[in-house]
Amino acid sequence: MPGSAALLRLAALALLVAFLLTPYSFAPLFEPLTQYGAPAIYDQGNLLTLALAQIGTVLCATAASTLVAVGLGIAVTRPSGAQFLPLSRTLVNIGQTFPPVAVLAIAVPLVGFGLKPTLIALFCYGLLPIFENTIGGLRACPPAVLEAASGMGMSPGQRLLSIELPLAMPLILEGIRISLVINVGTAAIGSTVGAKGLGEVIIAGLLSNNAAFILQGGLLTGLIAILLYDTMVAVERRLFGNVRIE
Amino acid sequence: MITVDKLSKRYGTTTVVDQASMVIERNSITVIVGTSGSGKSTLLRMINRLVEPSSGRVLIDGNDTAREPAHLLRRRIGYAIQGHGLFPHRTVAENIATVPRLLGWDQARVRARVDELLGVFQLDPAEFAGKFPHQLSGGQQQRVGVARALAAEPAVLLMDEPFGALDPIIRAKAQDDLLDIQRRFATTIVLVTHDMDEAFRLGSRVAVMSQGRVLQYDRPAALLTRPADPFVSRMTGSADRAMKLLSLTTAGEVAVPGSSNGPTVAASASLRDALSELVWRGAESAAVVDANGMPCGCLTVAAILAHGRPG
Repeated sequence: MPGSAALLRLAALALLVAFLLTPYSFAPLFEPLTQYGAPAIYDQGNLLTLALAQIGTVLCATAASTLVAVGLGIAVTRPSGAQFLPLSRTLVNIGQTFPPVAVLAIAVPLVGFGLKPTLIALFCYGLLPIFENTIGGLRACPPAVLEAASGMGMSPGQRLLSIELPLAMPLILEGIRISLVINVGTAAIGSTVGAKGLGEVIIAGLLSNNAAFILQGGLLTGLIAILLYDTMVAVERRLFGNVRIE
Repeated sequence: MITVDKLSKRYGTTTVVDQASMVIERNSITVIVGTSGSGKSTLLRMINRLVEPSSGRVLIDGNDTAREPAHLLRRRIGYAIQGHGLFPHRTVAENIATVPRLLGWDQARVRARVDELLGVFQLDPAEFAGKFPHQLSGGQQQRVGVARALAAEPAVLLMDEPFGALDPIIRAKAQDDLLDIQRRFATTIVLVTHDMDEAFRLGSRVAVMSQGRVLQYDRPAALLTRPADPFVSRMTGSADRAMKLLSLTTAGEVAVPGSSNGPTVAASASLRDALSELVWRGAESAAVVDANGMPCGCLTVAAILAHGRPG
């Protein structure tokens, strides 16, 4: 039932906002998880600031991934770029299979601690879904439609912008959505190299053996991922709900 | 007038179209017919340069089409294909407006043209302009595809199996519509099909292709009475060639002054249909009537039969 789904979404949003604005009102829920009178709510930083920092990091990294992956996806589906498809695919696959932690380990000596190595790791990790979906979307354009576009007298550029990309857009957005959600979770590890984010809360919990910290860090990250996912789905429906490719 | 001059297309060592030459008259329907793999679509697509010729030339009204950028050439040539190729993310009106927009027509002119074409194709603008292709029936999609091809008033319209995906009844209607539209807009139409009946029905001239070569390019009757190649006879079929020949002439053309007590036959009906009517009624002659139902002559069985023989 769409009504109950919307209600659930609203409840998740309310929970997230309430937790970020008034974390201490949730203290009684987390107290049973603490030992020896340790704090129930993370007290070494503002949860709202950390959450916004993490979302900001993810958005920046995914925006960069989108630019590169969509650009690359377009390039290798043109006749002149087709020979670079295997090479591009290999590179993008490496970005996905190489663990983000390892990317951090390599990036820190090169660019220092903080936000930069995290952005690099997330950027690499986010490329694959967007790249593959861009190629998939562009290739799924019906041949008759493309032939008609060329036959009408569209230049290759006009055909790409007004026919191919709009038709591929639902799949491309889906790729961006997958990347975004994966990266919300993955961004937490950035806290190991000093990037601001909710990972900080989880790491603090692990170091001080405080299950309450671990749980609230994980819970907040999860809520953000779910809500971002839902928002993207809603945007996609709104934009492309009436397009059907036979 | 389109002059196809020794046009060839080779892919590696395979020759798909081999030295095709034909002169396509202005303001007529020319049909290229052949089996699949005969090179007929490739020949058509070389006219608007969706396929670049390996050698040879295409002249439209004396101008070599190779002289201008291909996409600009195509805006002057209508193109309709099997399965219509409508843009699924654009409305019917936006689809039809494609080429006028590319040519930079102003809004008012585009809208007027779209409404005019929807009217010509019996699609109410108020109902259909805002619909998306997937909301239309197959026949409606096909009509929108042809309307889109005609939107910028092209002098030449190329059609690649445009009715291939339609069921027989809608197909017959679409063929009648095309004949009307050809007369209305005085367009030069080149149509590719594998269906000889369609070729006979639509074409004032028919080119028969096999293995990349144009075997015969002639009036439909000549394909029946003077086939240039055994393959042409096979394509036209010899069992019912007399009936095919009769279907190419109308009752009005053969009617002689006089009156008849027999059944009435429309002047626009083919001799084949007229003969069928006479056989059915057991009559020896029919009264031919014009579009207003006024008698304009009579037609005997003997006169019909005389037209079913070569020479």
